[in-house]
Amino acid sequence: MKQLDPMVFVVVFQEMLGPLFWPLIAFILVGALALLVVLIRDGGVHSRRLIRAELIGLLGGFAAVALMMWVTASSPGDLLGGPIDWLLTIAIWVAGVIGATMVAYVGLSLIVRDNSDHSRAFRR
Amino acid sequence: MASKSINSLSRRSLLSLGAAATAGILSRPASAQARLATKARIVIVGAGAAGLASASRLVQRLDGAAITLIDARKAHFYQPGFTLVAAGLKPKDYAISQTRDYIPAGATLIEDSVAAFEPEQNRVKTTGGQTIPYDFLIVATGLQLDYGAISGMETGLIGKNGIGSVYAGPEAAEATWREMARFTDTGGVGLFHRPDTEMKCAGAPLKYAFITDDRLRRAGTRGKTELIYAAQNKALFSVPIVSEKVRMLFQDRNVRMVHDHVMTAIDPGRKIATFRTPAGSQEIRYDFVNVIPPMRAPKAVRESALAWQTGAFAADGWMEVDMKTLRHKRFPNVFGVGDVAGVPKGKTAASVKWQVPVAVDHLVASLSGGTSSEAYNGYTSCPLITRIGRAMLVEFDYENNLTPSFPGIIAPLEELWISWVMKEIALKPTYLAMLRGQA
Ligand SMILES: Cc1cc2nc3c(=O)[nH]c(=O)nc-3n(C[C@H](O)[C@H](O)[C@H](O)COP(=O)(O)OP(=O)(O)OC[C@H]3O[C@@H](n4cnc5c(N)ncnc54)[C@H](O)[C@@H]3O)c2cc1C
Repeated sequence: MKQLDPMVFVVVFQEMLGPLFWPLIAFILVGALALLVVLIRDGGVHSRRLIRAELIGLLGGFAAVALMMWVTASSPGDLLGGPIDWLLTIAIWVAGVIGATMVAYVGLSLIVRDNSDHSRAFRR
Repeated sequence: MASKSINSLSRRSLLSLGAAATAGILSRPASAQARLATKARIVIVGAGAAGLASASRLVQRLDGAAITLIDARKAHFYQPGFTLVAAGLKPKDYAISQTRDYIPAGATLIEDSVAAFEPEQNRVKTTGGQTIPYDFLIVATGLQLDYGAISGMETGLIGKNGIGSVYAGPEAAEATWREMARFTDTGGVGLFHRPDTEMKCAGAPLKYAFITDDRLRRAGTRGKTELIYAAQNKALFSVPIVSEKVRMLFQDRNVRMVHDHVMTAIDPGRKIATFRTPAGSQEIRYDFVNVIPPMRAPKAVRESALAWQTGAFAADGWMEVDMKTLRHKRFPNVFGVGDVAGVPKGKTAASVKWQVPVAVDHLVASLSGGTSSEAYNGYTSCPLITRIGRAMLVEFDYENNLTPSFPGIIAPLEELWISWVMKEIALKPTYLAMLRGQA
């Protein structure tokens, strides 16, 4: 019997997020797809845009930790319970950074699309 | 070469992580099997955590069975949430949903309660006058809170004059929070205790003492309060290693501990609780008290042939089931799961998650003429909140062994944020998934 079943994690996440579950999955898929489209359109990574996106992404990391603390009614000191807590905090932060960087990169790419001549000028 | 060994190392640790997760709260206990065709009549009495989880699993395993749940209560309570409600962290609605929402397709609910069990005749009688026969019976009635056993106490007093009681229901939990919040303004004596009967979630009385301590510190009034924990025997918790850890924490938080104290009476006017102790009757004055009543099997079970006839579980009428299979010792077509089972540990929702698949597997094996080797090891879990934002993920079995779900990753006796995060956001979803037979 006792075997690992990844479906349990999916089910638990579904219960956790309730009506937000499917929109969130859709958002992640659309985001990933949009990133792919942008990368293909521009023929690679636009490094200046990436740096800007990463700066926004750093903020996203802190936002993710803050969100988790808010949802769980925790205070900063609680995050220092033991090494596993530091790891959890870092994992949440990294997830926030990656997610926000991707969103920001796509966002910036869409904004500068109209004057792509201008943006191309900065491409290395 | 080096990268390969790192690779296999991380793969191995991943695998052990997977193995760890199989042991405990996040894993799925039984794999899906082919459905067995049967016309058996299966009656489940009680549609709480254990009853609903049993129904969901039976529906998954059986094809054509007549599965009937009997419970008069329309609301479903997520009871582990009561602690968070009484801590002022969640509204009472957090713990309330509707039983109907969890009845699996293929099972029927009779909104009535069982007044008498007649296992010799393979039938139950309801308060509404129905007689319902069965081929197999699962008793999942939970337990009864016996407030009347504390002289002077009744549920109507909860939320007044410094009396709280986290156990009585979502409203009571919210009323307890109001009284506790008031107490954090005024200060005085905070009194915590537990009954000397078996009880559900034996960690809950401790948690609430820790939470109150934390609330007082946050309010800046801890200095003008005294907190007392009156234990019913010489320990603070039935698992010795956990008991000792709690003793250290209480000492650290300046909670005074008294032992061998069993509450017998309460005087709401004078704010005095009376305890039975080896040295005779002792009174303790309080400004806030979290009253936790004795707990027994529900009357219908207690007064039936299903109850233990001798031994430690007889007095309170717990069901006489085998501690490994949860099958009744004298009526083999009857199972007892959840709080009502007369077994040494296991009165938590986390235990239900491990008991139900075992009982269901034995029931299905009987239907198919086979046997089952599934066994329940006493798994009990109780995230012991030690302050808002920290908890200890305490998990153990019949033998008082700690059985951590994430060995080497989440230390069971450390006050960790990750354990708190799990209690706050993962336990309710896991519980709901369990009701649906999905976890
Ligand atoms: C304050 C508190 C904190 C807790 N904290 C935790 C925790 O942190 N972790 C954890 O795992 N567990 C915790 N628990 C314990 C957990 O909630 C219970 O162990 C679990 O609900 C037991 O499930 P059950 O189905 O046996 O009983 P219940 O869920 O109580 O359901 C019993 C059902 O039977 C019905 N019933 C009773 N008598 C009859 C009758 N004669 N006829 C028909 N129906 C009947 C009732 O109406 C009820 O719906 C806590 C409990 C409380 C009160």
